[in-house]
Amino acid sequence: MDIIDQISLYIDKGDDEKVAELTRMAIEQKITAKKILDDGLFRGMNTIGEKFKNHEIFLPEVLMAAKAMQAGMDLLKPLLILADIPSKGKVVLGTVRGDLHDIGKNLVGIMLKGAGFEVIDLGSDVSPEKFIETAKKHEAPVIGMSALLTTTMPVMKEVVNLLRNENLEDKIKTIIGGAPVSKNFAEEIGASAYSYNGAHAVKCVKELLNQE
Amino acid sequence: MAIRPKTQFLSNELIEKIISEARNILCKLGTTIHNKEVLALLSDHGATIDMNKYHVLFTNEIIDKALKSTPSSFKLYDVLGNETHDFSGFNTYFTPGSAAINILDNKTQKIRKPNTEDYIKYAKILSGLENIASQSTAFVPADIVENISDSYRLYLSLLYCEKPVVTGAFTIEGFHIMKDLQLAIRGTEEELKEKPLTIFSCCPSSPLKFSDVTSQNVVDCARYGIPVEFVSMPLSGFMAPVTLVGTLVEHTAETLTGIIISQFTNPGAPMLYGGSPAIFDMRYETTPMGAVETMMIDCAFSEIGKFFGFPTQAYISLSDSKMLDAQAGLESSMGATLAVLFGINNIAGPGMLDFENCQSLEKLVLDNEICGMTLRIAKGIEPKEDFPSIPRFQELLEEKHLLISKHTRRYLKEEYYFPGKVIDRANLSRWQEEGSLTLTDRAQQEVERLINEYQPSGLPEGIKSELTKLMEAEAKRYGMEKLPK
Repeated sequence: MDIIDQISLYIDKGDDEKVAELTRMAIEQKITAKKILDDGLFRGMNTIGEKFKNHEIFLPEVLMAAKAMQAGMDLLKPLLILADIPSKGKVVLGTVRGDLHDIGKNLVGIMLKGAGFEVIDLGSDVSPEKFIETAKKHEAPVIGMSALLTTTMPVMKEVVNLLRNENLEDKIKTIIGGAPVSKNFAEEIGASAYSYNGAHAVKCVKELLNQE
Repeated sequence: MAIRPKTQFLSNELIEKIISEARNILCKLGTTIHNKEVLALLSDHGATIDMNKYHVLFTNEIIDKALKSTPSSFKLYDVLGNETHDFSGFNTYFTPGSAAINILDNKTQKIRKPNTEDYIKYAKILSGLENIASQSTAFVPADIVENISDSYRLYLSLLYCEKPVVTGAFTIEGFHIMKDLQLAIRGTEEELKEKPLTIFSCCPSSPLKFSDVTSQNVVDCARYGIPVEFVSMPLSGFMAPVTLVGTLVEHTAETLTGIIISQFTNPGAPMLYGGSPAIFDMRYETTPMGAVETMMIDCAFSEIGKFFGFPTQAYISLSDSKMLDAQAGLESSMGATLAVLFGINNIAGPGMLDFENCQSLEKLVLDNEICGMTLRIAKGIEPKEDFPSIPRFQELLEEKHLLISKHTRRYLKEEYYFPGKVIDRANLSRWQEEGSLTLTDRAQQEVERLINEYQPSGLPEGIKSELTKLMEAEAKRYGMEKLPK
């Protein structure tokens, strides 16, 4: 088994130390960053989502794999920038204004990072303006919003409306989630997508960016 | 450190009173046994016999002698000879409800007569249901001659599934081929005694009667060391007193009679103190297995069995409903939960609908989850690296979650029972996205999956051929030239 296969295998096993060690060795062996990324890190992560959906593995294993992926990514990042290889995309993430519940949002962040997205996490109690400002500044094509309280859900609509007013609807997509949020609500306020959990959010973002 | 959760209905004082009343009935009113060989045997041991009336009066000495030699536990082994059951203490195991005459068709969900193909599907599915430890000969295929309807089920079970089998003979002759099938697997009579493969249900006829067939089956099983479960079936208010206590007196008397026949034939013969009592519903003239009082009688007679020191069995965790609906779920899970809390050792019922008349493959799949949940209850609550708690809470406060904590990963699968896909735990959107499947839809999918993923039994091919030869010869004896494909 070559080193790239091993990276993929240890991603699957969720062993961050081993992935970091192997990634370092692969870099020393002058394997291109793109190859390490695509055939090692991403390939390892690809099977994780499907296995999770089929209940072959549970959330801890997914998060361990994502953590391992991140360990490899941290080492590769400078090389990817040098080689001008773009990330899968940027996602601005936050819990909306008035809401401090960030557990679900954090899970979505970990999953997105694990799938190779760059996540700009604004934390909780984020104003609509802040979401849009950040997305514009980082040229992020996706804003992800979370809410646990029915009273804070209308903030999501404010963000969608602001984007509409600025004619940014096509450039910046919105994805929403959280316990009281539903697909119907997303359609009602004109959000681009709704996701019901972390793994599903990755799928939705990929669809929004035509990566599926 | 974990406490095995238990509960009880009867005080020791009440149990002793019930037993003493049952003894009085056996000694003063007596019982009827329609088998001259058994009557002669009992006469030799000092019972008062009236051969013409098939009537017997016991003495307390006879009863005590039989109780003394009855074993307090025994084990079961699968077709490969691996231990699967240790019937002792509060160990609990599930087995499907047995001998249904109908099946709920797994495509149309209509009740119809079952055939060989259904039985093979059943055996394949059961191979994959991890919370149901044994097979039962769950229903009677209608595509064979009636004379082999008992042995043919056992034959198919032994061929397709490795789990031990709860079964029973419908006739005196039926026993012999059923014993021969087991001998073909174990090799010798000694090995079969050493490693029992089946349990035979032997059913007294209420009130206080043992038929020729049941008596002879008890005798034959005892001779070969094949465990039996006595399945006394008093019907409260009809063939037994209307009260639960009165029904228990009758159940005790009938079960003690079985124990006496078995132990005098072969002291030490293994048995389960079992039963399938029911109340009689005077509105519908039916015997509801899902009635709460039926379940109470089951649990209470198991307490009496345990008071004697014997492993127990009961027909509980089944439903009177005719389809896979909420009633089926509630009656089955109430029964299973009670059965586990009372420590009934062999819990018979999964898959069964329509009293004891209809098996359903979909219900088996659902009931497997009910069994899994109740077996989790039986494991109770115990600390697992929980003390001292401060380090874990420090970790939680630092990391903000414990999702990938070593403690979580170490204990997640041990601490929780994760049901299969038949139990819906998706949030609304996911459930809708995946097709808004009903319980029946999901159960049908699981049935298909289990059939597709079935791995053939590891029983050597030579033995499988031997079983087929024996069964073909038996079928020929009754004019059936070929077994169904």
